[in-house]
Amino acid sequence: MTTTPPVHCKNLWKIFGARSAEALAAAQAGKVDKEEALKQFGCVIGVADASFTVNEGEVFCIMGLSGSGKSTVIRHVNRLIEPTAGQVHVEGRDVMALNATELRNVRARKIGMVFQHMALWPHKTIAENVAFGLEVQNSPRNKRRSAAEEALQKVGLGGWGERYPDQLSGGMQQRVGLARAMAADPDILLMDEPFSALDPLIRKDLQDEFLKLSREMKKTTLFITHDLDEAMRMGNRIAIMKDGRIVQTGTPESIVLRPETDYVARFVQSISTLKYISAAEIMTNKPVMPNAPVFGPSTPLPALLDAFKQGADHLAIKDGETVLGRIGQADVLATVQSDLARV
Amino acid sequence: MDISTLLDPFSILHLPLADMANDFIRWLTSNFRDVFRAMKVPVKILLDLIEDGLRGAPQTLIVLLIGLLGWQVVNRATGLLAFFAMTTIGLIGAWDAAMTSLSVLTSAVLLATMAGLPVGILCSRSNLMWAIVRPILDFMQTVPSFTYLVPVILLFGIGNVPGVIVTAFFATPPLIRLTNLALRSVREDLVEAGNAFGASPWKLLWAIEMPLARPTIMAGLNQTVMLSLAMSVIASMISVAGLGRLVLVGISQLDMARAATGGVGIVLLAMVFDRITQGFGLTRRDRNGHSLWEQGPVGHLRALFSTSQKTQDIPTEEETL
Ligand SMILES: Nc1ncnc2c1ncn2[C@@H]1O[C@H](COP(=O)(O)OP(=O)(O)OP(=O)(O)O)[C@@H](O)[C@H]1O
Ligand SMILES: [Mg+2]
Repeated sequence: MTTTPPVHCKNLWKIFGARSAEALAAAQAGKVDKEEALKQFGCVIGVADASFTVNEGEVFCIMGLSGSGKSTVIRHVNRLIEPTAGQVHVEGRDVMALNATELRNVRARKIGMVFQHMALWPHKTIAENVAFGLEVQNSPRNKRRSAAEEALQKVGLGGWGERYPDQLSGGMQQRVGLARAMAADPDILLMDEPFSALDPLIRKDLQDEFLKLSREMKKTTLFITHDLDEAMRMGNRIAIMKDGRIVQTGTPESIVLRPETDYVARFVQSISTLKYISAAEIMTNKPVMPNAPVFGPSTPLPALLDAFKQGADHLAIKDGETVLGRIGQADVLATVQSDLARV
Repeated sequence: MDISTLLDPFSILHLPLADMANDFIRWLTSNFRDVFRAMKVPVKILLDLIEDGLRGAPQTLIVLLIGLLGWQVVNRATGLLAFFAMTTIGLIGAWDAAMTSLSVLTSAVLLATMAGLPVGILCSRSNLMWAIVRPILDFMQTVPSFTYLVPVILLFGIGNVPGVIVTAFFATPPLIRLTNLALRSVREDLVEAGNAFGASPWKLLWAIEMPLARPTIMAGLNQTVMLSLAMSVIASMISVAGLGRLVLVGISQLDMARAATGGVGIVLLAMVFDRITQGFGLTRRDRNGHSLWEQGPVGHLRALFSTSQKTQDIPTEEETL
């Protein structure tokens, strides 16, 4: 059985500028790239032919440098901007086909959003900010109040409801942004660089807290970041963007271990592969002794190291009864050496 | 055509602007007299209502009420200021004139706000609307204020009601301009956030855009109030009664006593009126977390009432979310 994915974008194009139709035709035909489009048509290509699917319950990261089109992509999901070409489906429904009321309902009930620059309303108290999604849905005042307090509790800001945004630190404000997105209990969270403005320690805390919350509450999350480390920590899968295009999509392991383009390779260069590498990538094709400890091909390196620490001479890698290969201590050392040489 | 006409063309070439203006007004008055008559009716009702109240009630009551209003809407200091300003107006012998001026002023500012806010909001929503309204505002704001008087006399006649109309007309442009400007310069990401949570355009306007635009809109309202007061002297030329007339008579008869009385009266009235109108724009946060009716005299009364009833010492919180 295939379930409809919460978010699905297909061949999405967004071109800013008056002559976007011409620029689109030229770009789709492969005649112009981002630079040429600007020169010839005065148009900025924000997103170029992006396709991706976010599966239920996963954290899907979009990673790219500044200006690569990440915010533009995420804004399409709740139709804050409209595509020049392509489709966006939320829970199987084409968002471009929704009328104004349906769109408002989807935004209010299905999707919560956290913004790159927080965008808390300065004239509203923290509680009013958090409860706004419910206020829009006309839910009764006491329900709003308790939902806001509950959401604030979850992000560790219980009791701060009566303050105003400018009375909170940046980290606290970003938590409020998170609480606001979650207060109406949406199924999908859109997070546009939620932690970029924070210093590293607070950022790490919030990342951990968010992962915990999103797992507990079973949210589907589209998470944007320009920081590869963050993408690797947060994402079940990662899409890497460059100049509006998605150049590679995959799990953190596959991105680090098997970059498909030079661009991605240069990106992941600074990341150690040791955390992601598994037995299959280390083993060699030599015979194994019958008493060697047995591991599956997807066993991660740390587990293999434990076996060596307990005195094994070499390990047998087997898939069921078939021997796939063998890992000796020298193979592990060679792997570490080549990883060190990469960086 | 000889050389002298080329060098001085205006000695023979004329654009009959004066005649055109004349014809236009004549055409308006002869065809639309009833329309303009009808427009006066609601203004007259509003003005009479306010004026009857202000002039009919005992002076002491008015002074106290205005003082209490200042306290209620802003704070105790403003209440005291309003109390002493109104007392002074009475002591210098400008009471009756001040009550008339206050009625004209209140009516004019009410009308200007009722027209200016919606037009300003519409202008901020539509570039076409703004492209149409903007040159009209430019025109209204550069035409010397005296110029308004002639068409107003021809269309509406003389007296207090035409006075309210001309004052409102003169005082509305800055409110439209600043409402439009304020709404257009609301931070875009804050509006986008409202959209992202599914707010309707109406909800967005009242829950997010207007509150964020409030300080600039209040500056527009302040301009409206000040222009209305500035107009009071000019409007007295079309026989509008009040403090302005004292000044006008003072000027024409070189009667320093009257001019000074009228002038001081206008300044005091301006202060009181402006502080109180600005007070309506204060937020809950400006009021230390209290809503308008949780503070000042009403707040105290409510606190007193609820202590005697339920032995609570804090006024009940009405609207937190
Ligand atoms: N409203 C707009 N009008 C014109 N061009 C735009 C607009 N919004 C974005 N762009 C362009 O689209 C491209 C992608 O912008 P976007 O904001 O999506 O980048 P980003 O990846 O989110 O960058 P950052 O990490 O700095 O937020 C940029 O070249 C930008 O100049
Ligand atoms: Mg961005």
